[in-house]
Amino acid sequence: MSIKMNLIKLAAGTATLGAAMGMSAAFAQEIKYMCSSDGTECEVAREIFDRFEAENPGVTIKIDEVPYKAILESLPVQLAGGTGPDFAKVTDLGGLNKYYLDLTPYVDAAYWEDSFGGTLDWYRKGPDDKGIYGMHSQLTITGAYINTTLFEQAGVAIPGPDATWDDWAEATRAVAKATETKFPMAMDRSGHRIAGPAISYGAKLFDADGNFILVDDGFTGYVQKFVDWNNDGTMARDVWAGIGGTSYQDASKEFINGQLVYYYSGSWNVEKLEDQVGDAFDWEVVGSPCGAGGCSGMPGGAGVVGFASTQHPELVAKAIDYLAREDNYTEMTAKTQNIPAHLGVAAKGVDYVGATPIAGKAINAWGQQVGKISPVAFAYQGYKHNRAMFNITVQRVTQAIVGELTVEQAMDRAKLDVAKALAEAQ
Amino acid sequence: MLNVISIFMRFIEVPMKFLQDKLGLKTPAWLFLAPNLVLFALFAFLPVILNIVYSLTGTDQILLSDRTFVGGENFSVLARCDNYLDPNSCSEDLFWRAVHNTVIFVVLQVGLMVGFSLLTALVLNREIKARGFFRAVFFFPVLLSPVVVALIWKWILQREGVLNAWMEGVGLESFNWLLDASWAFGWTVFLSIWAHMGFYTLILLAGLQAIPRDVYEAAMMDRASPWRVFRRITLPLLMPTMLVVLVLALIKGVQTFDEVFAFTGGGPGSATTLIIQYIYETGFAATPRLFGLASAASVMLALILVVLTVVQLWINRRNVNG
Repeated sequence: MSIKMNLIKLAAGTATLGAAMGMSAAFAQEIKYMCSSDGTECEVAREIFDRFEAENPGVTIKIDEVPYKAILESLPVQLAGGTGPDFAKVTDLGGLNKYYLDLTPYVDAAYWEDSFGGTLDWYRKGPDDKGIYGMHSQLTITGAYINTTLFEQAGVAIPGPDATWDDWAEATRAVAKATETKFPMAMDRSGHRIAGPAISYGAKLFDADGNFILVDDGFTGYVQKFVDWNNDGTMARDVWAGIGGTSYQDASKEFINGQLVYYYSGSWNVEKLEDQVGDAFDWEVVGSPCGAGGCSGMPGGAGVVGFASTQHPELVAKAIDYLAREDNYTEMTAKTQNIPAHLGVAAKGVDYVGATPIAGKAINAWGQQVGKISPVAFAYQGYKHNRAMFNITVQRVTQAIVGELTVEQAMDRAKLDVAKALAEAQ
Repeated sequence: MLNVISIFMRFIEVPMKFLQDKLGLKTPAWLFLAPNLVLFALFAFLPVILNIVYSLTGTDQILLSDRTFVGGENFSVLARCDNYLDPNSCSEDLFWRAVHNTVIFVVLQVGLMVGFSLLTALVLNREIKARGFFRAVFFFPVLLSPVVVALIWKWILQREGVLNAWMEGVGLESFNWLLDASWAFGWTVFLSIWAHMGFYTLILLAGLQAIPRDVYEAAMMDRASPWRVFRRITLPLLMPTMLVVLVLALIKGVQTFDEVFAFTGGGPGSATTLIIQYIYETGFAATPRLFGLASAASVMLALILVVLTVVQLWINRRNVNG
């Protein structure tokens, strides 16, 4: 009898344990976040998600930190094949729209509209789309950094805020010559980077009917100047000509090593420069030089989006909404030293944690550049196929620099490429 | 041990006999081949079919169901050219630049590599000191990953690389080797030869050692000069091996991608972009992703490789049949 009772107890215990394990397995949810980092973005996201997990028992957010190239090249293929992550940090904001999860049913839409305003449009299909797809985590602006120590050593005056590209070219050449610095200027190899200067030179990018054209007189004018500067040594030719295809290449290494006077890149480099330049030399942000079309940089940045293919849409939305909470967004912005896209956070100002005076000054300088951004630049950033256009620009401008095509031929090819890309893209 | 094997054989004899009784003699063979055939069909045959199907479709959608049938349009776009010798006159100029580069690359790389491999094999076939060591030295690069090969040479040749440091050290002016189209292409060919010649040297060495010694002894007794021995004995008897090496090197040369991509990224401009890189970039790196165009280029490349493979099989068969 006692053996029988023991067996019954054992069976009951086993059943209860099994049920408990089954239930916990049923409640356990894991979602994957694909993230790339310019500095500490993924680390900071991890810290915030640790708290999210603590507040939501059974939930695990697995962060897959990948190189930026993987976000650009692998993620779209994964999404097209239905094997993408649950959510990710992306920079092709409008281009991946067809894969986005609409967060509207799961979040406080009014809070999102009030907090993220115009940047929400960058993730939408078009003017009629009112969905909420992405939280703009990093507002970025393209523009330039200069090595002020080299200017001081050369005894050359730093051009003023209204200085043109020609003024900067002349000044940096003088500095490079006086200080025996290798390169006067350099620009990241990116179609996004060159767009701001082209707009400042009068590029309209869209025709009167709002159709995308890319090439016009303003655009060609800046490309011609850029190609000439690459060939006369004003621009570091290595950056654009040293590599093929549409691969991204920056010049931060040259700037950090003190081999570059003027580095046209963007606001996301502040943390990196602060960290890696240290006391080696002084640097500052000078924004975008001017031309006939203004003194515009390109807005941009990265945002966190959920994907419609996720098995846990509510949880993904909840996690993104958690990041978008004002206190968490403030923490993220402060620790990563980015410009906030959250209007509430921007209005209150951000106390950048541990930032040195030089970094603090740089971030504020970037903030002041926002007002100079041309409407054309905003339109281009919000344009669904801008990634295709950036790639076309890089490919054809590089060919003009290395002499495979003349600038005129390169621009003709770019026009054909634009037509082909728009015909193929759906 | 033999007992164990015979027990095992007897153990499987029963089900085998049962299968043969039930299915006949031929069907069990298919049954055993089935797993391999399924794997082959899934991972080799199906992708080939899919590639051909994709080459006949358009748009940037990846799922076949979302793509539109365009027939031979992708092939027509690739082939549209006023003058095939001038990529600028072609509709898809980047494809033709890649074709031109690949042709020049293959001619130079294969020609020089087979020549150097033969020379090295001849030297390593002689009774020289530390022969084993030198054989290992020449074979070593073959063991390296293509990316490692590319990075090693990139570090040597980049603006602040080892070569420029040495040149500055001896009072010469440094030079940006990878920024000049001709130099970059030349170094790409060199790197590829350096990485692969050990493999072909080994094959040629085996071929040299298979030549009967008595033929050389007879030549020596006839007081034939070394050059005459090489021309009249070594080269003709090595020719079957040489042909195999040539065809293998040609196929490998046409397929070159990873080491060049990691070395120059196809640049400067498109100076070192080869066909496989064009296919990769058109299908996976460009936006929008033109899977149809990339597949069409891939089919065209496959046809070239099929021709080369048929030539290789024919040579092999001719060698086997004497």
